[in-house]
Amino acid sequence: MLTQLSQIIVSGLAIGSCYALIALAMVIIYKTSEVLNFAQGEMAMVSTFFAYSLLSTYNIPFIIAFPLALVFSLLLGMLVEFAFLRPAKNPTVLGLIVITLGAEMVLYGFAGWKWGAETKSFPSPILDTRVYNLKGIVISQLNLWIFAVCISLMLILFLFFRYSKLGVAMKATAQNQMAARLMGIRSKRILSLTWGLSSLIGAVAGVLIAPITLLDPNMMIDPLLKAFASAVLGGMTSLPGAALGGGILGVVENLFGWYVSTEFKSVVAFAIIVIVLCIRPSGLLARHYVKKV
Amino acid sequence: MLKVKNIETSYGFVNAIRGVSLDLEEGDIKTVLGANGAGKTTILKTIMGLLEDQPEKGTIEFMGKRIDRMDTEDIVRLGISYVPEGREIFPELTVFENLKMGSYTRRDKDGIRKDYKRVSEYFPVLEERKNQQAGTLSGGEQQMLAIGRALMARPKLLLLDEPSLGLSPALVKDIFEIIKAINREGITILLVEQNARMALNIGNYGYVLENGRIVLSDETRVLLENDDVKEFYLGIKLEESVKGYQRYKRKKRWR
Repeated sequence: MLTQLSQIIVSGLAIGSCYALIALAMVIIYKTSEVLNFAQGEMAMVSTFFAYSLLSTYNIPFIIAFPLALVFSLLLGMLVEFAFLRPAKNPTVLGLIVITLGAEMVLYGFAGWKWGAETKSFPSPILDTRVYNLKGIVISQLNLWIFAVCISLMLILFLFFRYSKLGVAMKATAQNQMAARLMGIRSKRILSLTWGLSSLIGAVAGVLIAPITLLDPNMMIDPLLKAFASAVLGGMTSLPGAALGGGILGVVENLFGWYVSTEFKSVVAFAIIVIVLCIRPSGLLARHYVKKV
Repeated sequence: MLKVKNIETSYGFVNAIRGVSLDLEEGDIKTVLGANGAGKTTILKTIMGLLEDQPEKGTIEFMGKRIDRMDTEDIVRLGISYVPEGREIFPELTVFENLKMGSYTRRDKDGIRKDYKRVSEYFPVLEERKNQQAGTLSGGEQQMLAIGRALMARPKLLLLDEPSLGLSPALVKDIFEIIKAINREGITILLVEQNARMALNIGNYGYVLENGRIVLSDETRVLLENDDVKEFYLGIKLEESVKGYQRYKRKKRWR
């Protein structure tokens, strides 16, 4: 009984970590520009497809293909920002969000045209089928990797935003763009780097879950919605919040799926959003300062 | 050092600045006085390149180099720092991180450390609270942080936009003392103020701005003696009837 419960929690945390990664990617962009990036999932999907092409068409080993895919995703994120968001003159936040929806459709269409709509399996060297047994709790190699990558990425991000000059400059730009420019911080470049970074994190998530979800242009729609729910749960502006939100969502969803109903598993995410918005509208870990005069 | 020649700035169809010229030499504290909406802040924002496609007309030169319509980020690199109205600190960064962002463009670590020490001498409270989030500081402390942050860039020219806004009279005095001290170190200052008495007392030259035009400019000791300035900016009543009220409304002579 206890083993079973732990098992459910562990697999919940594994999938939750993936939600957390995409949620982190969304939060990074939201923090810097208050834009909800609906193209996040598709950006990750295209990067994953790029990795797929390298692996299966060009037979490049995973250890090289993966970094190449990360570089690709970085450039892709910067390109999306440059090509779609920057040309907007005096945009409203709502306008920018609609632009990301447009970018999402462009990328979706592109993936369908380039790689086709049929489902492919992702030739990852990390297998979901290879499992380890820890005192009765079964954990797959893939899940283990997802954990490890998630935790180390979060740690790196934490250190980056805490101690590096660029990271602090990104936070500064997010909080007050005019003041950041007055410090000599090139806010446009920072914004573009933010998109690149966010896209890179999304791509990591994409490559990690591709073996589970299989590869097709729709692969990211469900994870993206869940990630969005996690981000809202965590407060939309807080990186640890997004991570926590992803974990909670993954576990709750899995528990619900096991004990109540598998069919309504996905609905839980949205039930959670509604409950959070009712009880704590700013999210679990969001902090907000009132501007003093 | 800074030569602003006949600039015109508009917000859409509204002309905010209609031909303003300023001239600052090294070591000056010049001050711009004016009522709300006279265009004081707009002048500073125009100099800093914060208003897109402005100034519409006129030129701005800094150390012999045209800077009008340049990017703000590049203007800052030339050595101009702007302390905006309303502090505009980064509320969720710590005090220390705020100051660190002030020196963003600099590479010389020793110089930065020295300037940090200097800033904490001016504002010991910032050193005490360096790990506190800036948003939790009081208004006066935030103002100090904003000035300190601007100094961390080691500017040649410092533009100050209403540093006294919302501060207690005692604190205003402190801030103005520090502004004087900063100037003594060789930093040129352009000060925009509503608090005319304070501004005229520390500045060596003043401009009076009304409706986007400079209506009067002179050395501050002359301005302090000017009847119109006395009446409208310093609030000194010049003539009173025996009954204790003024019989006529004074007209400004410069119109």
